[in-house]
Formats: sequence, structure tokens, C-alpha cells
Amino acid sequence: MPSFTSVINLFAALFLLVAFAMLSQRRLANLINLYAWQGAILSLGIATTAYGTGNTHLYASAALNGILKILVVPILLRRLVRRLDVQWDRESLVRIPTTMLIGLALVIFAFNASLPIAGLAHTVNHETVGIALASVLLSLLMMILRTTALSQVIGFLALENGLIFAATSVTYGMPMVIEFGIALDVIVGVFILGVFFFHIREQFDSLDLNRIEGRED
Amino acid sequence: MTLDLVVRQALQTLFVIAAAPLLTGWIRQCRAWLGNRTGAGILQPVRELRKLFRKEPVVASEASALFVATPYILFAAMVLAGAIVPMVATRMPLAAAADAVALAGLFALTRVFAALAAMDLGTAFASMGARRTMLVGFLAEPALLMVLFTPALISGSTSLIVIVRHLAGHGFVLYPSMAFAAAAYLMVTLAENARLPVDNPETHLELTMIHEALNLEYSGRYLALIEWGAGMKLLVYIGIGVALFLPWGITQSHGLAALPGAFALFAVKLAAAGAGLAVIETLLAKLRLFRVPEFLGTAFLLAVLGLLVRYLLGS
Repeated sequence: MPSFTSVINLFAALFLLVAFAMLSQRRLANLINLYAWQGAILSLGIATTAYGTGNTHLYASAALNGILKILVVPILLRRLVRRLDVQWDRESLVRIPTTMLIGLALVIFAFNASLPIAGLAHTVNHETVGIALASVLLSLLMMILRTTALSQVIGFLALENGLIFAATSVTYGMPMVIEFGIALDVIVGVFILGVFFFHIREQFDSLDLNRIEGRED
Repeated sequence: MTLDLVVRQALQTLFVIAAAPLLTGWIRQCRAWLGNRTGAGILQPVRELRKLFRKEPVVASEASALFVATPYILFAAMVLAGAIVPMVATRMPLAAAADAVALAGLFALTRVFAALAAMDLGTAFASMGARRTMLVGFLAEPALLMVLFTPALISGSTSLIVIVRHLAGHGFVLYPSMAFAAAAYLMVTLAENARLPVDNPETHLELTMIHEALNLEYSGRYLALIEWGAGMKLLVYIGIGVALFLPWGITQSHGLAALPGAFALFAVKLAAAGAGLAVIETLLAKLRLFRVPEFLGTAFLLAVLGLLVRYLLGS
């Protein structure tokens, strides 16, 4: 067993840990920091895979992910948070222990569901596909449980992290064109949603989506 | 051969008994240094114990035999735990007698006796302390067991000796699952030993205390035995942590030649763990009591994640 596989496994485990930390984090500013950490772990994991397998195009993917997710998107999100003046917003309605238990059940489900997929893939790190699937499901859970618009968007971004991770572990990444396309989509998405936030707040006086659902008119 | 084993066992047990007050003193001294105070020195808990042993114990007239017997039970259980955990050598006659799960059961036994004795007199604070101890205990125990299962899965046995032999025998291997288990174990250790994010060991503030509330009715040598036992409990927890996560240096050889080195190394590990504990306690603030389930739930989650990662990645 080559040693870089165990390094990749370590990064995969940390990736899952950060996904859980995001699920349980109430404060918005910390959530953005965790997102940046997840991006850093993702890009280090891709770089290790590139080093271990000799797939040089993965270095480009690692660099792209690194720049986008450690620098660009967190900076955009922080600026957005400052402009909306919600730095100190906390979501008080999240029940952490229950959320954690649901998350654990999702992880067990994902690990079991991914076993046949992992058996079909021939990459060195095919075992980590279960972790990638689990973090995708955890991000979805976060989008369901959170009520403010900004943390739902961060959940969406974390979902995309999980997808890239899954692609890396099953097929050594997607074709470059698609990866660039996704990166562009993410940036554009953040911009558009940023504009949306201002509209939502102007219209409804709050970023809490539960209050919007309650309106009848 | 047999004499050799008996000597080892006696030496380790005596070491645990003697080092427990010193460890408590060392942690207090480190906390004092970090808080920019002079501190009372490492020997202060020894002086306190001596003072308490000389004082006349006062026992309420309504107290039952359980109340008087509990300090001795706690002390004896901790001595037994200190003899079971392989801290310096794997070849120990008593270490083979009980595995990690039995050890967790031993801790649960002491907790039950401490809570019963606290409720014996029916005073408000002691009963409150008993209830809080049981709350923390029933949340920490599943997390502790889950932590123990990860190295047990790796080595194929719940016996601490086999775990130490397996982990120390393969040199340094990167186990992501063990990193999760270690983090969870640290949280459980803090909670079970009434250390800072869960309980402040240095105050007698009525509304927040847990461990101190249990001992409010005790005095004299009974209190001394309880405090000594609490010190040994912390030492045993660090010993289990060392055996699970830093097993290098625990001697596996026959004979007594390797023992001084192993003891010195274990003392260094203890000192490092104590200093680390002091740093953690200086950095953290006490959690609200109702946040403790969240804290221990996170520990449980980390331990289960470690198990799952081990199951999925085989590492």
C-alpha cells in the first residue's frame, strides 16, 4: 500500500470532519472560515492525488480549486456579510445533537451505498468515494435545516466541493473544460445570489426564509 | 520469572499512587504560570493530603455505612485501575485480567458509588452534584466505549496489552481513524475528570460545581482519599490515552533492566500531558451545563466517525 494513499485518506477524513463542523456551526463568520478550510483540504487532497498518480492535469485542478475556494469565494462571501451587516448573526433554532445524529445516519447510508461504486472504480483512492458522497449528503442536509439564505448558499457551495471530491476519487477528476465551467458557474452563482440577498432583504426585511414562506400575499 | 512480574506490578501500582498528587500539583503549577502567578509548587497537594489525614473526620449522625465506605471503595477502585492499565510494560500479571471494556465498567462503578454516597445524606447540593455527575457520566460512557472500539478494531482485541503490542510493533502508521478517536478521547477525559470546559476544578461556586458538590459532606481522611482517588483517576485516564495513542516506549521485554527507562519516559509523557491540559484549561471557558450534552455529543460523533472511517478506508 503506497504511503500517499494514507495521506489522501487522512485528507478525506478531515474533509468529512469539516463537513460535520459546518453542519454544527451556528455563527455565519465561522461558517465561511470552515468553507475556506474545506477548500484548502480539497485542493491539498487533489494535489496529493496528482503527485501520487502522475496525472499532471490534476495539479491545474488543485490550483484552480485552491484559488477559488480559499481566496475568491470566501472574500466575496465576507464582503457580502459585511455589506448585509450580518457578521454576528447566529442561527439559534438549529438542534445540534439531533442534527449530528441525522448526519451520522446519512454517513452510514452513504458508506454502504458507495461500496459497489468504489468496487467499480480503478483509481488508487476509490475508497474515499463514500466520504465524498457522505459530504454531499451532509451539505444537502445543511441546506434543508438552515433557515437563513446565506448559510443555505454556503451549503450549496459545500455541495459543489463534495462533488469535485467525488469526481477526483472515482475518475481522477472531470475534463478540464467542465471543471472550468463549474468554477465559473460557482463565481457567477455567488454574484447573482449576492444581488438576490439585497432584494430579499429589501422586500421582506429579513434573510430568514421561513418568514418569507409564511407570507400569504 | 514470577518474582520479576510481581515486582513490576508492585512498582507500577506504587508509581500511580505516589505520582497522582504530584500530577495534580504539576497541572496547578502550570496553570499558575500560564496565569502569570507564582503558584504553590508541585508538592502542595501532598501537603494538603497530609493535613487532611491528620484532621478528625466529621460524619453526620444520619450517615449510613455506605457513606463511610465509599471513599475507600473509590480509592481501591482507582488503585486497581492503575494496576490494570499497561503504562510502562506490557508483561503485567494484572493487566491481562481485564480489558478496556471492563475498565470502563470499573469507572462506572466508582461513579455509581460516588453518586449514591452523595445522595445518602439528602442535602440539596450533594444530590444536585450526584445528578450532574450521572448526567455527564451517561453521556461520556458511550463516547468512551466508541473511542476504545477503534483501536480494538485495528488490533483485533479489546485487551489493552494486545492493542499496545500491535500499535507499538508496527512503527509509525498514519491512521486517520485514530486521529478522530484521539480527539474524542481528549474530550471524554476532560468531561470525566471534571476539568474545565465541563467543570472548573478550582472553584466551589454552588451553581456550577459538579465534582466538588459530591464531596461537600466529606472531611478529614475521607476527603483526602476522595481527592487522592480523583488524582489517580486523571493519571489512569492519561495512562490509557498513552497506551492507545502514544504506545512507543512501553517496554515489552522480560526482566527489570528496561523498567527505569520506561518509567522515565512515562513520567515525561505525564508531564507533557499535564502541561497540555493546563494550556487547554487556560484557553477554554466553562460551558453552560446545558451545553455539556452538545460537547459530549460531539465527542461521541467523532468516535463514531473514527469507527466508520476505519470501516470504510481500512486505515
